[in-house]
Amino acid sequence: MRFLISIKISIRNLLSSKLRSFLTILGIIIGVAAVVVIFAIGRSAQKLIVDQIQGIGSNLIAVIPGDSQEDGPPPIAFGILIKTLTYEDLEALRHKNRISEIESAAGYVIGTKTVTFLKNEATVSVDGVTASYKDVENVEVEKGRFFNRNEERNLSKIAVLGSSVAKDLFGDVNPLGRKIKIKNHKFEVVGVLKPRSAGGFTSSGQDETVFLPLKSAQKLVYGIDHLFVIRMKAKDPALIKPAKQKISQILRQRHDIKDPAKDDFSLRDQASVIGLVTDVTDVIRYFLLVVGSLSLLVGGVGIMNIMLIAVSQRVREVGLRKALGARNIDIASQFLVESVTVSLIGGVAGIILGLLISLIVYLIINALGYDWSFNISFTSIGVGFLISIGVGVIFGMYPAKKASRISPMEALRYE
Amino acid sequence: MKKDYLIEVKKLEKTFYTGGVETRAVRGVDFKIKKGEFLTIMGPSGSGKSTIMQILGFLDRPTGGNYYFKGQNSKKFSDDKLARLRNREVGFIFQTFNLLSRTTVFENVELPLLYSAQKRNKKQIEKMVEKALKKVSMNYRSAYFSNQLSGGEKQRAAIARALVNEPEIIFADEPTGNLDSKSGKQVMKILQDLNRQGKTVVLITHETKTARHAKRIIKIIDGKIQDDYPVKKSIDANGKGDLK
Repeated sequence: MRFLISIKISIRNLLSSKLRSFLTILGIIIGVAAVVVIFAIGRSAQKLIVDQIQGIGSNLIAVIPGDSQEDGPPPIAFGILIKTLTYEDLEALRHKNRISEIESAAGYVIGTKTVTFLKNEATVSVDGVTASYKDVENVEVEKGRFFNRNEERNLSKIAVLGSSVAKDLFGDVNPLGRKIKIKNHKFEVVGVLKPRSAGGFTSSGQDETVFLPLKSAQKLVYGIDHLFVIRMKAKDPALIKPAKQKISQILRQRHDIKDPAKDDFSLRDQASVIGLVTDVTDVIRYFLLVVGSLSLLVGGVGIMNIMLIAVSQRVREVGLRKALGARNIDIASQFLVESVTVSLIGGVAGIILGLLISLIVYLIINALGYDWSFNISFTSIGVGFLISIGVGVIFGMYPAKKASRISPMEALRYE
Repeated sequence: MKKDYLIEVKKLEKTFYTGGVETRAVRGVDFKIKKGEFLTIMGPSGSGKSTIMQILGFLDRPTGGNYYFKGQNSKKFSDDKLARLRNREVGFIFQTFNLLSRTTVFENVELPLLYSAQKRNKKQIEKMVEKALKKVSMNYRSAYFSNQLSGGEKQRAAIARALVNEPEIIFADEPTGNLDSKSGKQVMKILQDLNRQGKTVVLITHETKTARHAKRIIKIIDGKIQDDYPVKKSIDANGKGDLK
C-alpha cells in the first residue's frame, strides 16, 4: 500500500517537471539501450562469424601429410613435399564403416593449371577429388552431374566446373558435353556446380576451380601418386574427437608407426578455430559492455543529481510528513522508490530503444545479403531491468539518506 | 502523581547553535497541562513559544530539563518512538497549512493514516477520512486539489488531517495568521468545539484576542514564563466573540 503510494508520488513528481525528468532519464535510456544492443548485436555478429566458419564445415577433419603443430602451418606451406598420404590410406579410412563416426571421406590433389576451350583460356585451380567430395563439402550441382566412384579411379577424362570457370570459358554456351583441354588432355564437361562464395578446399574457392576425378588428375595432369589432403565429415561435431583417435590408429598401423611422436601425418578440425573466434568476439563484447556500463554510470550520477535537487526542493514536504508520523525509514524508502522508479522507467525505455536499434541493424544487414539473425535475448532484457533497478538503488541511496535525516522542526521553518 | 497530567515540563531548556552563535530559545520553563485543557502559549515573535510547541509535539528534543508525556520521560524515546507519538498522539495545525500540492484534500487528510503502525484497509481509511472532513465541514471538497481551495478551506483541511488519527492533543501554531477574520473565526470555533468534545488543544499565538479563545494563557517572553493565568471570560467564537 505504502509502496504503491510512493510510486504514485514519484510518478506525479516526474510528470510535474517533464523535461527535467526526461533529461535525467536519458542517461539511463542510452546506457540500458547500449547494453541491450551489445547483447543482441554482439550475439548475432558472433553467430555470423561462427556460421561463416561452419559454412566451411565445422564437423570436418583434415588429414595432412607430415607432422605439424595443431595450430601451426602445414609442412607444405614451407615448400616441403611429403608423399606419405595415399589413395590407399583413404580407402583404408573409409573401408566398410571402420570409423562409425565418419559420414564420408574425400581425397584431394590440388594445383593450378591453364585450361582452354577453343580460344578461351583460364589459369585456375585444377583439383583432383574423389566422388565423395560432393558429400564432404556439401556441393550442389547446377547442371549435369558430379563424377561417380568408378570414374575416380579409372582415368576417366571428364571434368566438373566451378560456376565462375564455366562462365569464363564458355560464356553463354552450355558447357555440358563440350571438351576442355588441360596439358594436352581433353576432358569432357559433365557438370557445373552452383555458385558458392565460401567453402570447398581449394586455393581460390570452389567457383574458380575445375574438378577432375582423383586418379585422372594424379596421373594425367600432375604425374604423382600421393594425396595432398584427406577431408572427412563427422556425423556430428561432438564425434570429431573419437573419430580423430580412430583415424590416427588406422594411419599409424598402415604407416608402421609405433611412437605417436613420430606421426607422418597430422589432423586438423575447425572446432578449435571456432573456439578461438568465440573467445575473441567474447572479449570484444565484454569490452563494449564496459563502455555501456560507463554510460550507465553517467546516467546514475544524473539520477543522484536530480534526487538531490528533489530532496532540497521538498524539505518542507519531508518535514510535514515527519510531523505527521513518518519515520526516517519511511522518508528514505519514499525517495529510494522514486529514484528506482525514475531509473526503471529509463530502463524500460532503454530496453525498447535497444531492441529497436537491434531490429534496424538486423534489417539493414539482411538487406545487404548477410544471414544475420535477430536474437531478442531475454538475458539482455533481464540484465537491462536489473541494471536499472541497481542504478536506481545505488544512486538513490545517498539522496534518500539525506532526506531521511532532515529535522522536521527545521524543515517546517524552512522557506 | 505525574499521571494526572498529560504533559509536564520541568526546567525545560532549548539552546540552538547556528554558525557558532548560541541562541537560548527556552530558558527553564515549568508547567503542566491536564487532559482536556484549552490553553494558549502566547508571546511576541522570537520569544520561544514555537520552540516550546515543537518540543511538546515531539518535533524536537530539549537540550535541558525534562518533558514528561503521560508520565513518561521523553528523554528515553527513540526517533521511531517520537515518530509514532507524532502520528498517534499529536495533531499539528500550522500557520501556512502545509498541505501537499498536486494532491487532493482526501489524500492530504489520509497521510497520517498511511504512516500509522496500525494496519487498516482502504474502506476503514476512507471512513476515517470522511469522518474527519465532516468535523470541519469539508467533505464536499474531498476530491479537490489543495491548490484549488481558499485559505480558510485549506486550514480546515489541515485541521481534518490533524484530527484523522484521533490524537490526544492538538497543537495549533498561529492557525489564523494567514486567514481573513471570517475564516479565522471559523477555525477558532472548530478548535473550541474540539475542546468541548474533550480534546486537549494548545494554541500558539502572539495576538491577545486570539489567545483569549482559550481557557488558560501562558505568556512567554525571552524564553521564560512571564505569566500563567486562567482566562476569566473566554471569547466564544460561536457567539459574539471577535478575532481581530
